[in-house]
Amino acid sequence: MYPPKFDYYRANSIDEAFALMGQLGDAKLLAGGHSLIPALKLRLAAPSALIDIGRIGELKGISRNGSTATIGALTTHATVAAASDLPAALTEAAGWIGDPQVRNRGTVGGNIAHADPASDLPTVLTALGATMNMRGLNGARSVSADDFFIDLFMTALGEDEILTSVDVPVDGAGTAYAKLFNPASRYAIVGVAAKVSVSGGQCTSARVALGGLTPSAVRAPSVEAALVGKALTADNIAAAAAQVGGDLDDVMGDIHASEEYRRAMAPIYVQRAVSKAAERAG
Amino acid sequence: MQSITLTVNGKSYTRDVEPRMLLVDFIRNALGLTGTNIACDTSQCGACTIHMDGMAVKSCTVLAVQADGADITTIEGLATNGHLHPMQQAFWDQHGLQCGYCTPGMIMAAAKLVENNPGITEAEIRHGLEGNLCRCTGYQNIVKAVAQAAAAGS
Repeated sequence: MYPPKFDYYRANSIDEAFALMGQLGDAKLLAGGHSLIPALKLRLAAPSALIDIGRIGELKGISRNGSTATIGALTTHATVAAASDLPAALTEAAGWIGDPQVRNRGTVGGNIAHADPASDLPTVLTALGATMNMRGLNGARSVSADDFFIDLFMTALGEDEILTSVDVPVDGAGTAYAKLFNPASRYAIVGVAAKVSVSGGQCTSARVALGGLTPSAVRAPSVEAALVGKALTADNIAAAAAQVGGDLDDVMGDIHASEEYRRAMAPIYVQRAVSKAAERAG
Repeated sequence: MQSITLTVNGKSYTRDVEPRMLLVDFIRNALGLTGTNIACDTSQCGACTIHMDGMAVKSCTVLAVQADGADITTIEGLATNGHLHPMQQAFWDQHGLQCGYCTPGMIMAAAKLVENNPGITEAEIRHGLEGNLCRCTGYQNIVKAVAQAAAAGS
């Protein structure tokens, strides 16, 4: 399958990319290409030009400043999966994206800017309380994951902006990701990420996010509220997980799984993610 | 058209390509190296797996222009001085194939898997080959072949 015709430009710096974006009308940015090239082949996207940002060095790599890890937008899933000092939910989710070949090319920034509803990272970054950093011609701005993922394939990233990095808090909380895989694509049918802190035997804070079953990653406030103040026993986690249905008002059904099936699986995967996060919280 | 220069199996090539040309089509049609197969064409099956700058990648999901300057190895470049790569030999010894269509991609993916994890376990082999589909048969002999190559220190 050939993609539709497009003109190709390579940007060697963020400034060059902005200059090209200014000149070209409906250009799209190309990073690892593992969402965009399949979309081009299926004619879901047909931009007149691609601006290849894949070689911009300043957008690659992971750095640490105190309790914040900053992941450059062009960092591959393979690099994130192999990182030793990122939250466990993030490394395990990155290690379950696609397969080794896909993880060698796919990038964190491309993944979240694309915002596929069945993708893993939006869910994990929402639970972790991550912040997306972007740059535009008018300067830089940052948006929390809670506000970044808006709807199906829709984010807060403007058409004239480039996602440059993601800040992830590394604060010692227990985190985990649990995923019901599509057996062929490895995309999430249901994906749940949890982040919990425990003090004196009680849960002091909880963030739980779901993806794969809603148009974009969502928090589960009822589950979070039911966890805080409780001991994270199996019974308490199960009782909190049972609340998740009320947090999901727009569950999708498709050829891979019906709405009913996804709704039935949601509390089970919430339970698994929270239990694992609780173990890791010590 | 865009001019690209890349190294494939140790040989440098410069060609003009359409920006939309996929790397797998470049390898097969522009260079005539048809050992790299196209099957699903949707980044799922792994038949088109090659090594690009030392990493296993699916060449149906890379544009030829993205590979400008890259160092690429295809299945044709794996053997050295007439000797099969240990992974090729292991697929031969263990009969890790039936129709053979997935085999080049399997071997390219498996070679990197073992190179990156010399003490690889059976479970890790199965997890690591998730991106390569065989539709003929089970994966038993494929897994045995990868384990043999790992034991041989490939």
